[in-house]
Amino acid sequence: MGDTPTREAIATVWRIESARLIGGLVRLVQDVDTAEELAQEALLRALEAWPESGVPHNPGAWLMATAKHRALDLLRRRGMLDRKHAEIERGPQGVPADLDAVLDDAVGDDVLRLMLVACHPVLSRDARVALTLRLLGGLATAEIARAFLQPETTVAQRIVRAKRTLAEAHVPFDVPQGEALHGRIESILEVIYLVFNEGYTATAGTDWMRPALCDEALRLGRILAGLAPHDPEVHGLVALMELQASRQRARTGPTGEPITLADQNRARWDPVLIRRGLAALARADQLAAPRGPYALQAAIAACHARAATIDATDWPRIVAIYDALVEVTQSPIVELNRAVAVGMAFGPEEGLELCEKLAEEPALRNYPHLESVRGDLLYKLRRFEAARIAFERAAELTENLRERDLWLGRARNCEPQN
Amino acid sequence: MRVLVIVKASRASEAGVMPTEAQLTEMGNYNEELVKAGIMLDGQGLHASSKGKRVRFSGKQRTVIDGPFAETKELIAGYWLWQVRSMDEAIEWLKRAPFEEGDEVEVRPIMELEDFGAELTPELRAQEQRLAAEVASRKGG
Repeated sequence: MGDTPTREAIATVWRIESARLIGGLVRLVQDVDTAEELAQEALLRALEAWPESGVPHNPGAWLMATAKHRALDLLRRRGMLDRKHAEIERGPQGVPADLDAVLDDAVGDDVLRLMLVACHPVLSRDARVALTLRLLGGLATAEIARAFLQPETTVAQRIVRAKRTLAEAHVPFDVPQGEALHGRIESILEVIYLVFNEGYTATAGTDWMRPALCDEALRLGRILAGLAPHDPEVHGLVALMELQASRQRARTGPTGEPITLADQNRARWDPVLIRRGLAALARADQLAAPRGPYALQAAIAACHARAATIDATDWPRIVAIYDALVEVTQSPIVELNRAVAVGMAFGPEEGLELCEKLAEEPALRNYPHLESVRGDLLYKLRRFEAARIAFERAAELTENLRERDLWLGRARNCEPQN
Repeated sequence: MRVLVIVKASRASEAGVMPTEAQLTEMGNYNEELVKAGIMLDGQGLHASSKGKRVRFSGKQRTVIDGPFAETKELIAGYWLWQVRSMDEAIEWLKRAPFEEGDEVEVRPIMELEDFGAELTPELRAQEQRLAAEVASRKGG
Protein backbone atom coordinates (compact mmCIF):
# COMPACT_ATOMS: atom_id res chain seq x y z
CA MET A 1 0.00 0.00 0.00
CA GLY A 2 2.30 2.73 -1.21
CA ASP A 3 0.17 5.83 -1.47
CA THR A 4 -0.91 7.97 1.46
CA PRO A 5 -4.66 8.35 1.44
CA THR A 6 -6.03 11.86 1.33
CA ARG A 7 -8.93 13.04 3.43
CA GLU A 8 -11.06 12.92 0.30
CA ALA A 9 -10.11 9.32 -0.31
CA ILE A 10 -11.12 8.39 3.21
CA ALA A 11 -14.37 10.33 2.87
CA THR A 12 -15.01 8.34 -0.27
CA VAL A 13 -14.53 5.08 1.59
CA TRP A 14 -17.06 6.39 4.08
CA ARG A 15 -19.63 6.99 1.38
CA ILE A 16 -19.16 3.53 0.01
CA GLU A 17 -19.15 1.76 3.37
CA SER A 18 -21.30 3.83 5.73
CA ALA A 19 -24.69 2.24 5.00
CA ARG A 20 -23.39 -1.30 5.53
CA LEU A 21 -21.45 -0.16 8.56
CA ILE A 22 -24.34 1.67 10.23
CA GLY A 23 -26.74 -1.11 9.26
CA GLY A 24 -24.58 -3.75 10.93
CA LEU A 25 -24.14 -1.61 14.01
CA VAL A 26 -27.85 -0.89 14.31
CA ARG A 27 -28.44 -4.61 14.51
CA LEU A 28 -25.94 -4.78 17.35
CA VAL A 29 -26.83 -1.71 19.42
CA GLN A 30 -30.49 -1.33 18.40
CA ASP A 31 -30.26 2.45 18.15
CA VAL A 32 -29.68 4.53 15.03
CA ASP A 33 -28.00 7.43 16.78
CA THR A 34 -25.53 5.24 18.66
CA ALA A 35 -24.82 3.22 15.52
CA GLU A 36 -24.06 6.34 13.54
CA GLU A 37 -21.85 7.69 16.29
CA LEU A 38 -19.88 4.46 16.48
CA ALA A 39 -19.50 4.40 12.73
CA GLN A 40 -18.25 7.97 12.67
CA GLU A 41 -15.87 7.24 15.48
CA ALA A 42 -14.43 4.40 13.42
CA LEU A 43 -14.04 6.83 10.55
CA LEU A 44 -12.09 9.21 12.79
CA ARG A 45 -9.80 6.34 13.73
CA ALA A 46 -9.30 5.65 10.05
CA LEU A 47 -8.40 9.28 9.44
CA GLU A 48 -5.70 8.94 12.08
CA ALA A 49 -4.45 5.50 11.20
CA TRP A 50 -4.63 5.20 7.43
CA PRO A 51 -2.31 8.07 6.49
CA GLU A 52 0.35 6.12 8.46
CA SER A 53 -0.51 2.56 7.60
CA GLY A 54 -2.11 2.98 4.20
CA VAL A 55 -5.65 2.02 3.37
CA PRO A 56 -6.27 -1.55 4.52
CA HIS A 57 -6.97 -4.19 1.94
CA ASN A 58 -10.62 -4.39 2.96
CA PRO A 59 -11.50 -0.92 4.31
CA GLY A 60 -15.10 -1.87 5.08
CA ALA A 61 -14.02 -4.79 7.27
CA TRP A 62 -11.48 -2.59 9.06
CA LEU A 63 -14.11 0.03 9.85
CA MET A 64 -16.59 -2.60 10.98
CA ALA A 65 -14.07 -4.34 13.22
CA THR A 66 -13.07 -1.04 14.80
CA ALA A 67 -16.64 0.10 15.35
CA LYS A 68 -17.80 -3.26 16.61
CA HIS A 69 -15.02 -3.34 19.15
CA ARG A 70 -16.25 -0.07 20.60
CA ALA A 71 -19.86 -1.18 20.35
CA LEU A 72 -19.19 -4.22 22.50
CA ASP A 73 -17.42 -2.06 25.10
CA LEU A 74 -20.34 0.29 25.11
CA LEU A 75 -22.92 -2.46 25.43
CA ARG A 76 -21.01 -4.00 28.30
CA ARG A 77 -20.75 -0.66 30.09
CA ARG A 78 -24.46 -0.23 29.70
CA GLY A 79 -24.97 -3.67 31.13
CA MET A 80 -26.66 -4.78 27.97
CA LEU A 81 -24.20 -7.53 27.47
CA ASP A 82 -22.91 -9.68 30.27
CA ARG A 83 -19.25 -10.42 30.58
CA LYS A 84 -19.57 -14.02 29.52
CA HIS A 85 -21.39 -13.09 26.38
CA ALA A 86 -18.69 -10.56 25.62
CA GLU A 87 -15.96 -13.17 26.02
CA ILE A 88 -17.62 -15.41 23.49
CA GLU A 89 -18.24 -12.54 21.15
CA ARG A 90 -14.67 -11.39 21.25
CA GLY A 91 -12.86 -14.59 20.58
CA PRO A 92 -9.25 -15.23 21.56
CA GLN A 93 -7.41 -12.21 20.12
CA GLY A 94 -9.91 -9.63 21.17
CA VAL A 95 -11.33 -9.78 17.69
CA PRO A 96 -15.07 -10.31 17.64
CA ALA A 97 -15.54 -14.00 16.89
CA ASP A 98 -18.54 -13.52 14.67
CA LEU A 99 -16.99 -10.68 12.73
CA ASP A 100 -17.15 -12.57 9.48
CA ALA A 101 -20.77 -13.33 10.12
CA VAL A 102 -21.44 -9.67 10.78
CA LEU A 103 -19.70 -8.72 7.57
CA ASP A 104 -20.93 -11.35 5.18
CA ASP A 105 -23.96 -13.01 6.56
CA ALA A 106 -26.62 -10.41 6.59
CA VAL A 107 -25.00 -7.46 4.89
CA GLY A 108 -27.87 -7.17 2.47
CA ASP A 109 -30.38 -7.49 5.27
CA ASP A 110 -28.53 -4.87 7.26
CA VAL A 111 -28.85 -2.30 4.50
CA LEU A 112 -32.47 -3.21 3.88
CA ARG A 113 -33.19 -2.99 7.60
CA LEU A 114 -31.59 0.44 7.69
CA MET A 115 -33.71 1.57 4.73
CA LEU A 116 -36.84 0.28 6.45
CA VAL A 117 -35.97 2.14 9.62
CA ALA A 118 -35.07 5.38 7.87
CA CYS A 119 -38.39 5.27 6.00
CA HIS A 120 -40.44 4.10 8.95
CA PRO A 121 -44.07 5.29 8.93
CA VAL A 122 -43.72 6.90 12.39
CA LEU A 123 -41.53 9.55 10.73
CA SER A 124 -42.76 12.51 8.73
CA ARG A 125 -42.06 12.46 5.03
CA ASP A 126 -39.39 15.15 5.33
CA ALA A 127 -37.71 13.26 8.14
CA ARG A 128 -37.68 10.05 6.10
CA VAL A 129 -36.06 11.81 3.17
CA ALA A 130 -33.39 13.47 5.29
CA LEU A 131 -32.61 10.33 7.26
CA THR A 132 -32.44 8.17 4.13
CA LEU A 133 -30.02 10.50 2.38
CA ARG A 134 -27.93 10.74 5.49
CA LEU A 135 -27.84 7.06 6.49
CA LEU A 136 -28.12 5.32 3.12
CA GLY A 137 -26.70 7.94 0.79
CA GLY A 138 -23.84 8.87 3.10
CA LEU A 139 -24.57 12.55 2.46
CA ALA A 140 -23.60 15.16 5.02
CA THR A 141 -26.31 17.32 6.57
CA ALA A 142 -24.93 20.36 4.73
CA GLU A 143 -25.23 18.55 1.40
CA ILE A 144 -28.82 17.52 2.08
CA ALA A 145 -29.65 21.10 3.08
CA ARG A 146 -28.14 22.45 -0.14
CA ALA A 147 -29.99 19.93 -2.22
CA PHE A 148 -33.33 20.85 -0.70
CA LEU A 149 -32.60 24.58 -0.52
CA GLN A 150 -33.15 24.58 3.22
CA PRO A 151 -31.09 25.95 6.10
CA GLU A 152 -28.59 23.45 7.46
CA THR A 153 -29.90 23.87 11.01
CA THR A 154 -33.39 22.89 9.88
CA VAL A 155 -32.14 19.67 8.34
CA ALA A 156 -29.87 18.93 11.29
CA GLN A 157 -32.77 19.34 13.72
CA ARG A 158 -34.99 17.22 11.53
CA ILE A 159 -32.46 14.39 11.65
CA VAL A 160 -32.00 14.65 15.41
CA ARG A 161 -35.74 14.62 15.96
CA ALA A 162 -36.20 11.70 13.60
CA LYS A 163 -33.69 9.60 15.50
CA ARG A 164 -35.36 10.52 18.77
CA THR A 165 -38.78 9.60 17.38
CA LEU A 166 -37.47 6.20 16.32
CA ALA A 167 -35.98 5.60 19.76
CA GLU A 168 -39.10 6.74 21.61
CA ALA A 169 -41.39 4.66 19.45
CA HIS A 170 -39.17 1.62 20.11
CA VAL A 171 -39.19 0.86 16.42
CA PRO A 172 -37.97 -2.70 16.03
CA PHE A 173 -34.98 -3.24 13.76
CA ASP A 174 -36.31 -6.22 11.93
CA VAL A 175 -37.21 -7.14 8.39
CA PRO A 176 -40.89 -8.03 8.25
CA GLN A 177 -42.04 -10.81 5.95
CA GLY A 178 -44.60 -11.13 3.20
CA GLU A 179 -47.30 -8.47 2.82
CA ALA A 180 -45.98 -6.53 5.79
CA LEU A 181 -42.61 -6.22 4.04
CA HIS A 182 -44.25 -5.00 0.87
CA GLY A 183 -46.13 -2.34 2.82
CA ARG A 184 -42.93 -1.09 4.41
CA ILE A 185 -41.08 -1.17 1.10
CA GLU A 186 -43.76 1.10 -0.34
CA SER A 187 -42.67 3.72 2.13
CA ILE A 188 -39.07 3.39 0.90
CA LEU A 189 -40.22 3.69 -2.71
CA GLU A 190 -42.12 6.84 -1.88
CA VAL A 191 -39.03 8.41 -0.31
CA ILE A 192 -36.79 7.43 -3.21
CA TYR A 193 -39.22 8.85 -5.73
CA LEU A 194 -39.58 12.07 -3.76
CA VAL A 195 -35.81 12.45 -3.86
CA PHE A 196 -35.80 11.73 -7.59
CA ASN A 197 -38.49 14.30 -8.33
CA GLU A 198 -36.79 16.90 -6.19
CA GLY A 199 -33.82 16.60 -8.52
CA TYR A 200 -35.80 16.07 -11.71
CA THR A 201 -37.98 19.14 -11.38
CA ALA A 202 -35.13 21.39 -10.24
CA THR A 203 -34.77 24.62 -12.13
CA ALA A 204 -32.00 24.72 -14.69
CA GLY A 205 -28.63 26.15 -13.77
CA THR A 206 -28.98 25.77 -10.02
CA ASP A 207 -26.67 24.09 -7.60
CA TRP A 208 -25.30 20.78 -8.82
CA MET A 209 -26.59 19.09 -5.68
CA ARG A 210 -30.15 19.18 -6.95
CA PRO A 211 -29.62 17.21 -10.14
CA ALA A 212 -27.34 14.95 -8.10
CA LEU A 213 -30.46 13.94 -6.20
CA CYS A 214 -31.68 12.13 -9.32
CA ASP A 215 -28.50 10.07 -9.40
CA GLU A 216 -28.79 9.42 -5.67
CA ALA A 217 -32.38 8.24 -6.04
CA LEU A 218 -31.49 6.02 -8.97
CA ARG A 219 -28.68 4.53 -6.99
CA LEU A 220 -30.89 3.87 -3.96
CA GLY A 221 -33.49 2.34 -6.24
CA ARG A 222 -30.95 0.07 -7.89
CA ILE A 223 -29.61 -0.97 -4.49
CA LEU A 224 -33.12 -1.72 -3.26
CA ALA A 225 -33.80 -3.77 -6.39
CA GLY A 226 -30.90 -5.98 -5.34
CA LEU A 227 -32.12 -6.24 -1.74
CA ALA A 228 -35.78 -6.87 -2.48
CA PRO A 229 -35.65 -8.51 -5.92
CA HIS A 230 -39.06 -10.15 -5.54
CA ASP A 231 -41.01 -6.96 -5.09
CA PRO A 232 -42.43 -5.94 -8.48
CA GLU A 233 -42.99 -2.31 -7.55
CA VAL A 234 -39.31 -1.87 -6.70
CA HIS A 235 -38.48 -2.77 -10.29
CA GLY A 236 -41.42 -0.64 -11.42
CA LEU A 237 -39.99 2.41 -9.70
CA VAL A 238 -36.47 1.74 -10.97
CA ALA A 239 -37.90 1.41 -14.48
CA LEU A 240 -39.80 4.66 -14.11
CA MET A 241 -36.76 6.57 -12.87
CA GLU A 242 -34.40 5.13 -15.50
CA LEU A 243 -36.84 6.00 -18.28
CA GLN A 244 -37.48 9.50 -17.00
CA ALA A 245 -33.78 10.12 -16.45
CA SER A 246 -33.10 8.94 -20.01
CA ARG A 247 -34.75 12.13 -21.28
CA GLN A 248 -32.84 14.48 -19.03
CA ARG A 249 -30.41 15.67 -21.70
CA ALA A 250 -33.22 16.49 -24.08
CA ARG A 251 -35.44 18.34 -21.64
CA THR A 252 -33.80 21.73 -21.89
CA GLY A 253 -32.32 23.82 -24.69
CA PRO A 254 -28.99 25.64 -24.88
CA THR A 255 -30.12 28.54 -22.67
CA GLY A 256 -31.86 26.29 -20.18
CA GLU A 257 -35.30 26.77 -21.67
CA PRO A 258 -37.52 23.73 -21.23
CA ILE A 259 -38.44 21.57 -24.21
CA THR A 260 -41.70 19.66 -24.24
CA LEU A 261 -41.82 15.94 -24.83
CA ALA A 262 -43.31 16.58 -28.25
CA ASP A 263 -40.41 18.78 -29.29
CA GLN A 264 -37.53 16.91 -27.72
CA ASN A 265 -34.72 15.66 -29.91
CA ARG A 266 -35.14 11.97 -29.23
CA ALA A 267 -31.65 11.25 -30.49
CA ARG A 268 -30.50 12.84 -27.25
CA TRP A 269 -32.41 10.39 -25.09
CA ASP A 270 -29.99 8.13 -23.31
CA PRO A 271 -30.13 4.64 -24.83
CA VAL A 272 -28.31 3.02 -21.89
CA LEU A 273 -30.92 4.25 -19.44
CA ILE A 274 -33.77 3.38 -21.79
CA ARG A 275 -32.47 -0.16 -22.09
CA ARG A 276 -32.09 -0.43 -18.35
CA GLY A 277 -35.56 1.01 -17.81
CA LEU A 278 -37.20 -1.40 -20.22
CA ALA A 279 -35.34 -4.32 -18.63
CA ALA A 280 -36.49 -3.28 -15.15
CA LEU A 281 -40.08 -2.99 -16.40
CA ALA A 282 -39.83 -6.47 -17.88
CA ARG A 283 -38.67 -7.77 -14.49
CA ALA A 284 -41.59 -6.07 -12.76
CA ASP A 285 -43.97 -7.62 -15.27
CA GLN A 286 -42.51 -11.07 -14.74
CA LEU A 287 -43.25 -10.80 -11.02
CA ALA A 288 -46.79 -9.47 -10.99
CA ALA A 289 -49.80 -9.83 -13.21
CA PRO A 290 -51.59 -6.58 -12.34
CA ARG A 291 -49.08 -3.75 -12.46
CA GLY A 292 -48.76 -1.42 -9.49
CA PRO A 293 -48.78 2.36 -9.85
CA TYR A 294 -45.03 2.70 -10.44
CA ALA A 295 -44.93 -0.06 -13.03
CA LEU A 296 -47.94 1.51 -14.75
CA GLN A 297 -46.24 4.89 -14.92
CA ALA A 298 -43.09 3.18 -16.15
CA ALA A 299 -45.14 1.44 -18.82
CA ILE A 300 -46.38 4.83 -20.01
CA ALA A 301 -42.83 6.17 -20.04
CA ALA A 302 -41.81 3.04 -21.95
CA CYS A 303 -44.37 3.82 -24.67
CA HIS A 304 -42.66 7.17 -25.15
CA ALA A 305 -39.21 5.62 -25.03
CA ARG A 306 -40.12 3.17 -27.78
CA ALA A 307 -41.58 5.83 -30.09
CA ALA A 308 -39.20 7.38 -32.60
CA THR A 309 -41.37 10.49 -32.88
CA ILE A 310 -44.31 12.00 -31.02
CA ASP A 311 -46.61 10.94 -33.89
CA ALA A 312 -45.32 7.39 -33.78
CA THR A 313 -46.37 7.16 -30.12
CA ASP A 314 -48.85 4.43 -29.35
CA TRP A 315 -51.41 6.75 -27.72
CA PRO A 316 -54.27 4.22 -27.59
CA ARG A 317 -51.99 1.95 -25.60
CA ILE A 318 -51.09 4.82 -23.27
CA VAL A 319 -54.80 5.47 -22.76
CA ALA A 320 -55.31 1.80 -21.87
CA ILE A 321 -52.51 1.99 -19.29
CA TYR A 322 -54.05 5.14 -17.88
CA ASP A 323 -57.34 3.27 -17.49
CA ALA A 324 -55.56 0.86 -15.15
CA LEU A 325 -53.76 3.69 -13.36
CA VAL A 326 -57.02 5.57 -12.77
CA GLU A 327 -58.41 2.42 -11.24
CA VAL A 328 -55.42 1.96 -8.92
CA THR A 329 -55.05 5.56 -7.83
CA GLN A 330 -58.67 6.82 -8.02
CA SER A 331 -57.13 10.21 -8.62
CA PRO A 332 -58.78 13.02 -10.61
CA ILE A 333 -55.32 14.30 -11.52
CA VAL A 334 -54.48 10.98 -13.11
CA GLU A 335 -57.81 11.26 -14.94
CA LEU A 336 -56.73 14.65 -16.23
CA ASN A 337 -53.53 13.09 -17.53
CA ARG A 338 -55.62 10.41 -19.14
CA ALA A 339 -57.66 13.13 -20.86
CA VAL A 340 -54.44 14.48 -22.43
CA ALA A 341 -53.64 11.00 -23.75
CA VAL A 342 -57.21 10.56 -24.99
CA GLY A 343 -56.87 13.86 -26.85
CA MET A 344 -53.75 12.54 -28.55
CA ALA A 345 -55.21 9.11 -29.27
CA PHE A 346 -58.76 9.88 -30.34
CA GLY A 347 -58.77 13.59 -31.11
CA PRO A 348 -59.06 16.79 -29.07
CA GLU A 349 -62.86 16.65 -29.03
CA GLU A 350 -62.88 13.52 -26.88
CA GLY A 351 -60.12 14.83 -24.63
CA LEU A 352 -62.04 18.04 -24.11
CA GLU A 353 -65.22 16.19 -23.23
CA LEU A 354 -63.36 14.42 -20.41
CA CYS A 355 -61.91 17.74 -19.23
CA GLU A 356 -65.35 19.30 -19.00
CA LYS A 357 -66.51 16.41 -16.84
CA LEU A 358 -63.44 16.73 -14.65
CA ALA A 359 -64.12 20.44 -14.17
CA GLU A 360 -66.89 19.37 -11.81
CA GLU A 361 -64.41 17.59 -9.55
CA PRO A 362 -63.93 19.62 -6.36
CA ALA A 363 -60.28 18.57 -6.20
CA LEU A 364 -59.61 20.16 -9.59
CA ARG A 365 -61.40 23.41 -8.96
CA ASN A 366 -58.78 26.15 -9.31
CA TYR A 367 -56.28 23.62 -10.62
CA PRO A 368 -54.25 25.52 -13.22
CA HIS A 369 -53.28 22.45 -15.25
CA LEU A 370 -56.90 21.58 -15.91
CA GLU A 371 -57.26 24.98 -17.57
CA SER A 372 -54.01 24.69 -19.51
CA VAL A 373 -54.96 21.25 -20.80
CA ARG A 374 -58.38 22.60 -21.80
CA GLY A 375 -56.69 25.55 -23.47
CA ASP A 376 -54.46 23.25 -25.49
CA LEU A 377 -57.35 21.05 -26.61
CA LEU A 378 -59.53 24.06 -27.48
CA TYR A 379 -56.63 25.52 -29.46
CA LYS A 380 -56.32 22.32 -31.44
CA LEU A 381 -60.04 22.55 -32.16
CA ARG A 382 -59.38 26.11 -33.43
CA ARG A 383 -61.72 27.53 -30.78
CA PHE A 384 -59.20 30.29 -30.16
CA GLU A 385 -61.31 32.62 -28.03
CA ALA A 386 -62.23 29.86 -25.55
CA ALA A 387 -58.61 28.66 -25.60
CA ARG A 388 -57.36 32.16 -24.77
CA ILE A 389 -59.70 32.41 -21.78
CA ALA A 390 -58.58 28.98 -20.53
CA PHE A 391 -54.87 29.84 -20.80
CA GLU A 392 -55.42 33.18 -19.09
CA ARG A 393 -57.28 31.46 -16.30
CA ALA A 394 -54.46 28.90 -15.97
CA ALA A 395 -51.93 31.74 -15.76
CA GLU A 396 -54.04 33.42 -13.11
CA LEU A 397 -54.28 30.27 -11.01
CA THR A 398 -50.63 29.23 -10.98
CA GLU A 399 -48.09 30.50 -8.52
CA ASN A 400 -45.23 29.35 -10.70
CA LEU A 401 -43.85 32.31 -12.63
CA ARG A 402 -42.43 30.29 -15.49
CA GLU A 403 -45.71 28.50 -15.98
CA ARG A 404 -47.49 31.83 -15.89
CA ASP A 405 -45.21 33.19 -18.64
CA LEU A 406 -45.74 30.12 -20.74
CA TRP A 407 -49.51 30.24 -20.52
CA LEU A 408 -49.75 33.98 -21.04
CA GLY A 409 -47.65 33.42 -24.16
CA ARG A 410 -50.02 30.74 -25.34
CA ALA A 411 -52.99 33.02 -24.60
CA ARG A 412 -51.44 35.71 -26.82
CA ASN A 413 -51.08 33.13 -29.59
CA CYS A 414 -54.82 32.62 -29.47
CA GLU A 415 -55.59 36.04 -30.86
CA PRO A 416 -57.75 35.77 -33.98
CA GLN A 417 -55.44 34.26 -36.57
CA ASN A 418 -56.97 35.61 -39.74
CA MET B 1 -21.28 11.65 -12.81
CA ARG B 2 -20.51 8.82 -15.13
CA VAL B 3 -17.15 7.37 -15.87
CA LEU B 4 -15.91 5.02 -18.51
CA VAL B 5 -13.59 2.46 -17.00
CA ILE B 6 -11.30 1.27 -19.76
CA VAL B 7 -9.60 -2.06 -19.32
CA LYS B 8 -6.43 -2.14 -21.36
CA ALA B 9 -5.46 -5.10 -23.44
CA SER B 10 -2.78 -7.49 -22.27
CA ARG B 11 -0.68 -9.98 -24.13
CA ALA B 12 -3.15 -12.67 -23.05
CA SER B 13 -6.27 -10.78 -24.10
CA GLU B 14 -4.69 -9.96 -27.45
CA ALA B 15 -3.82 -13.61 -27.91
CA GLY B 16 -7.49 -14.42 -27.42
CA VAL B 17 -6.83 -16.38 -24.22
CA MET B 18 -10.12 -16.71 -22.34
CA PRO B 19 -10.10 -16.12 -18.56
CA THR B 20 -9.93 -19.16 -16.28
CA GLU B 21 -12.91 -20.28 -14.26
CA ALA B 22 -11.35 -18.84 -11.11
CA GLN B 23 -10.79 -15.49 -12.79
CA LEU B 24 -14.33 -15.47 -14.13
CA THR B 25 -15.72 -16.23 -10.69
CA GLU B 26 -13.71 -13.48 -9.07
CA MET B 27 -14.73 -10.96 -11.69
CA GLY B 28 -18.32 -12.15 -11.43
CA ASN B 29 -18.32 -11.50 -7.69
CA TYR B 30 -16.82 -8.08 -8.24
CA ASN B 31 -19.43 -7.23 -10.85
CA GLU B 32 -22.12 -8.33 -8.43
CA GLU B 33 -20.73 -5.93 -5.82
CA LEU B 34 -20.87 -3.13 -8.37
CA VAL B 35 -24.46 -3.92 -9.25
CA LYS B 36 -25.47 -4.19 -5.59
CA ALA B 37 -23.91 -0.81 -4.91
CA GLY B 38 -26.02 0.62 -7.70
CA ILE B 39 -23.08 1.99 -9.67
CA MET B 40 -22.72 -0.35 -12.64
CA LEU B 41 -24.72 0.72 -15.67
CA ASP B 42 -23.11 -1.32 -18.36
CA GLY B 43 -20.02 -3.32 -19.15
CA GLN B 44 -18.68 -5.45 -21.97
CA GLY B 45 -15.56 -7.30 -22.97
CA LEU B 46 -14.09 -6.90 -26.44
CA HIS B 47 -12.59 -9.44 -28.78
CA ALA B 48 -8.87 -9.24 -29.49
CA SER B 49 -7.80 -6.56 -31.94
CA SER B 50 -7.13 -9.27 -34.53
CA LYS B 51 -10.89 -9.26 -35.06
CA GLY B 52 -11.00 -5.47 -35.29
CA LYS B 53 -10.52 -3.02 -38.10
CA ARG B 54 -9.57 0.61 -38.37
CA VAL B 55 -10.46 3.27 -40.86
CA ARG B 56 -7.86 5.95 -41.49
CA PHE B 57 -8.97 9.32 -42.83
CA SER B 58 -6.63 11.21 -45.10
CA GLY B 59 -8.02 13.91 -47.34
CA LYS B 60 -10.80 12.24 -49.22
CA GLN B 61 -9.21 8.86 -48.85
CA ARG B 62 -10.47 6.18 -46.49
CA THR B 63 -8.06 3.35 -45.81
CA VAL B 64 -9.26 0.27 -43.99
CA ILE B 65 -6.64 -1.38 -41.83
CA ASP B 66 -7.15 -4.89 -40.54
CA GLY B 67 -6.17 -5.92 -36.99
CA PRO B 68 -4.29 -7.04 -35.03
CA PHE B 69 -2.76 -3.78 -33.93
CA ALA B 70 0.67 -3.58 -32.43
CA GLU B 71 0.54 -1.18 -29.49
CA THR B 72 -0.99 -3.63 -26.99
CA LYS B 73 -0.91 -1.23 -24.01
CA GLU B 74 -3.03 1.31 -25.88
CA LEU B 75 -5.64 -1.18 -26.97
CA ILE B 76 -8.91 -1.72 -25.16
CA ALA B 77 -10.00 -5.13 -23.96
CA GLY B 78 -13.23 -4.12 -22.27
CA TYR B 79 -15.11 -1.37 -20.53
CA TRP B 80 -17.52 -0.56 -17.75
CA LEU B 81 -19.91 2.34 -17.54
CA TRP B 82 -20.26 3.44 -13.93
CA GLN B 83 -22.43 5.98 -12.18
CA VAL B 84 -20.41 7.41 -9.30
CA ARG B 85 -20.38 10.53 -7.20
CA SER B 86 -16.79 11.47 -7.84
CA MET B 87 -13.57 10.36 -9.49
CA ASP B 88 -12.40 9.42 -5.99
CA GLU B 89 -15.29 7.01 -5.68
CA ALA B 90 -14.52 5.48 -9.07
CA ILE B 91 -10.89 5.03 -8.04
CA GLU B 92 -11.88 3.48 -4.72
CA TRP B 93 -14.08 0.95 -6.51
CA LEU B 94 -11.50 0.26 -9.15
CA LYS B 95 -8.84 -0.48 -6.54
CA ARG B 96 -11.03 -3.34 -5.37
CA ALA B 97 -11.19 -4.96 -8.79
CA PRO B 98 -9.51 -8.36 -9.17
CA PHE B 99 -6.95 -7.53 -11.82
CA GLU B 100 -3.64 -9.23 -12.29
CA GLU B 101 -0.05 -8.18 -11.92
CA GLY B 102 0.82 -5.61 -14.55
CA ASP B 103 -2.75 -4.86 -15.62
CA GLU B 104 -3.64 -1.26 -16.16
CA VAL B 105 -7.13 0.21 -16.06
CA GLU B 106 -8.04 3.76 -16.96
CA VAL B 107 -10.95 5.84 -15.64
CA ARG B 108 -12.26 8.75 -17.68
CA PRO B 109 -15.16 11.00 -16.75
CA ILE B 110 -17.87 11.17 -19.37
CA MET B 111 -18.87 14.63 -20.52
CA GLU B 112 -22.26 15.53 -19.12
CA LEU B 113 -24.28 18.56 -20.02
CA GLU B 114 -25.30 20.73 -17.13
CA ASP B 115 -28.73 21.06 -18.61
CA PHE B 116 -30.83 19.29 -16.07
CA GLY B 117 -34.35 19.96 -15.20
CA ALA B 118 -36.91 22.61 -15.73
CA GLU B 119 -39.61 23.91 -13.51
CA LEU B 120 -41.59 25.01 -16.50
CA THR B 121 -43.79 22.17 -17.55
CA PRO B 122 -45.81 22.60 -20.70
CA GLU B 123 -48.73 20.27 -21.08
CA LEU B 124 -47.23 16.96 -22.06
CA ARG B 125 -44.25 17.34 -19.79
CA ALA B 126 -46.43 18.54 -16.94
CA GLN B 127 -48.64 15.56 -17.41
CA GLU B 128 -46.03 13.18 -16.13
CA GLN B 129 -44.85 15.27 -13.26
CA ARG B 130 -48.28 15.96 -11.87
CA LEU B 131 -48.87 12.31 -12.11
CA ALA B 132 -45.65 11.55 -10.33
CA ALA B 133 -46.44 13.90 -7.47
CA GLU B 134 -49.98 12.70 -7.29
CA VAL B 135 -49.15 9.03 -7.19
CA ALA B 136 -46.39 9.64 -4.66
CA SER B 137 -48.74 11.56 -2.39
CA ARG B 138 -51.51 8.97 -2.71
CA LYS B 139 -49.17 6.19 -1.84
CA GLY B 140 -48.02 8.14 1.19
CA GLY B 141 -51.63 8.30 2.33
